[in-house]
Amino acid sequence: MKARLALSLAFASLWHRKKVLALVCLTLTLSVSLLLGIQYLRTEVKQSFTSTISGTDLIVGARSGQLNLLLYTVFHIGDATNNIRWSTYQSLKDDSRLKWLIPISLGDSYRGYRVVATDENFLAHFRYGQDVPLELAKGQWFASVFDVVLGAGVARSLGHQTGEDIVLSHGGGRTSFSNHEDTPFTVTGVLEPTGTPVDQAVYISLDGMEAMHVGWESGVAIPGRTLTREQAEGRKFTPDAITAAFVGIERKVLTFRLQREINQFAGEPLSAILPGVALSELWRLMGQFERALLGITGFVVITSLIGLIAVLLTLQTQRAHEIAVLRATGASPALIASLYILECVALAVVACLLALAIGTAGIFLASPWLLANYGLQITLRPLTSTEWALLGSVPVAALAVALIPAFNTWRQSRRLGFGEAADQ
Amino acid sequence: MTSMTGSDNNSSRRTETAIDTRDLGFSWHPQQDILAFPDITLKRGEHLFLHGPSGSGKSTLLSLLAGMLRPASGSVQVLGTDIHRLGASARDQFRADHMGVIFQQFNLVPYLNTLANVTLPCGLSPLRSKRSEPSVSAEAEQLLNALSIPEDHWHRKVTRLSIGQQQRIAAARALIGAPGLILADEPTSALDADNRDRFLELLLNLAHRHHTSVLFVSHDQSLAHHFGRQLELRGNRT
Repeated sequence: MKARLALSLAFASLWHRKKVLALVCLTLTLSVSLLLGIQYLRTEVKQSFTSTISGTDLIVGARSGQLNLLLYTVFHIGDATNNIRWSTYQSLKDDSRLKWLIPISLGDSYRGYRVVATDENFLAHFRYGQDVPLELAKGQWFASVFDVVLGAGVARSLGHQTGEDIVLSHGGGRTSFSNHEDTPFTVTGVLEPTGTPVDQAVYISLDGMEAMHVGWESGVAIPGRTLTREQAEGRKFTPDAITAAFVGIERKVLTFRLQREINQFAGEPLSAILPGVALSELWRLMGQFERALLGITGFVVITSLIGLIAVLLTLQTQRAHEIAVLRATGASPALIASLYILECVALAVVACLLALAIGTAGIFLASPWLLANYGLQITLRPLTSTEWALLGSVPVAALAVALIPAFNTWRQSRRLGFGEAADQ
Repeated sequence: MTSMTGSDNNSSRRTETAIDTRDLGFSWHPQQDILAFPDITLKRGEHLFLHGPSGSGKSTLLSLLAGMLRPASGSVQVLGTDIHRLGASARDQFRADHMGVIFQQFNLVPYLNTLANVTLPCGLSPLRSKRSEPSVSAEAEQLLNALSIPEDHWHRKVTRLSIGQQQRIAAARALIGAPGLILADEPTSALDADNRDRFLELLLNLAHRHHTSVLFVSHDQSLAHHFGRQLELRGNRT
């Protein structure tokens, strides 16, 4: 009975002061949305990041650290320390324990985007996310020497269509002065967006890579020695070396043994890394930053809760008469104090519900746009227990801060005489 | 609930005396002089007019009778219960069960509508909600009708009503659930002469019908003729 009265009083009081409290509630809603949003994105980005590559059991490259190898093969950051000999690649290919290999040859660029020379195994075996294969949005995978397939991000930002001819540059970097002018490539296909670095590269055949470098042995084109497209067509090219290879293993239990064998390969110094392990290590490095971000957001929520208390304490002055009436009518100091707690917690719950609604609507509306424009894959999913706990901590914190005005009122109303309004 | 069982046991005594104080004294600090009050005995259903200059301790007496301040000496029996022997929460509950209150002004909870303000004591006291005949809302409507609050004001915010109407709504709140005693602290001082007499007439008639005692405090001697009994407070300090 008393609880029902307290609830109805608290809600009537909230409704009565709705104009002032709506603003406080808005502040709280925004800060809770921010907190929840950052925690949500944190999980999603981590998920998206750690599934940049999946299905690949080992990445094999020249001897180097695992982060370095991961960065230049998967993320197109930094350069290879050395190459793998073609003969080494062939001997790996002959190993029956390896199910498939994707050769990767790097070194050139196209307007700042990496050129990745590979073969049809890239389309067939490369996986990202939850074992998602690559798909072509337009056209087809390269078939002849001077065909090029564009990542979704490249095609979008440069506005290329299939059938266009593009000229690749020698070496990396955004502004290269030596271009492979004699051997333009024809866009034959564009990949679907993946939200991974795959979108930010262009793909040619290993033959194409060799063909455009004929006559470039000294680092610049020697006039007369380079090939034209017509000369290159139909010629057979065998690369001397590749940069790295993605490897799929037939029986997963052999992964560690194969890794060790490759690391101890007698022919040349090699490194084989487990991409999942390297990705989590990389994430751990970057994780500090996102934890700091979450911490800052936590402070934003605390700040808005303090704002809420400031408003409640200001309102307390206006409530002196009402408290006098309630006291004289027989309401206990505890009941009057509970009004503050109920009101504060109710506001926090409303703010949390609004934040949930805003978050859901925001992700629902923004996720296609984020994927298309930024290659960020954010999906709508049920909240994790951590996120629920974070959300639940907001009303709990509200309850804690409401104890300040509640205790204040409780103490004052105990000493109140008949019809006396508490002096502030 | 203690107060309910008490009301059953002492029902015969309760019908006799509403207020019985003995040697009542109060001081804000132990070192200060004690403000002594005359003994008051008020029968159930009687109306007492209490007047005196400001500073004579009218409000303090009301606080003592309501159980909101503790006396330095003496005892207060309200409807046969020595209220200062009760614990703090039992005293609050006793007030909710057996006393109606009307102040000079700011009588109403600003965010409740007229009806919710009138039925407020029934939310705090199961006893009063049980005593409301035929039901809480029906009695509230009857009282508002009797106090001539037009029906279209019942669901309105009380802050939009006139002072006279607000005071009459406070009277309805004090009367609902037939409490044994109404404590009224200068409820007419904000009203003009016409409104004042009308208010008093309505209040006292309804209190008479509910067999409720009224202790009416005012400095306005001209109201005294409405009451059967009068008492002057002089504010004796010892």
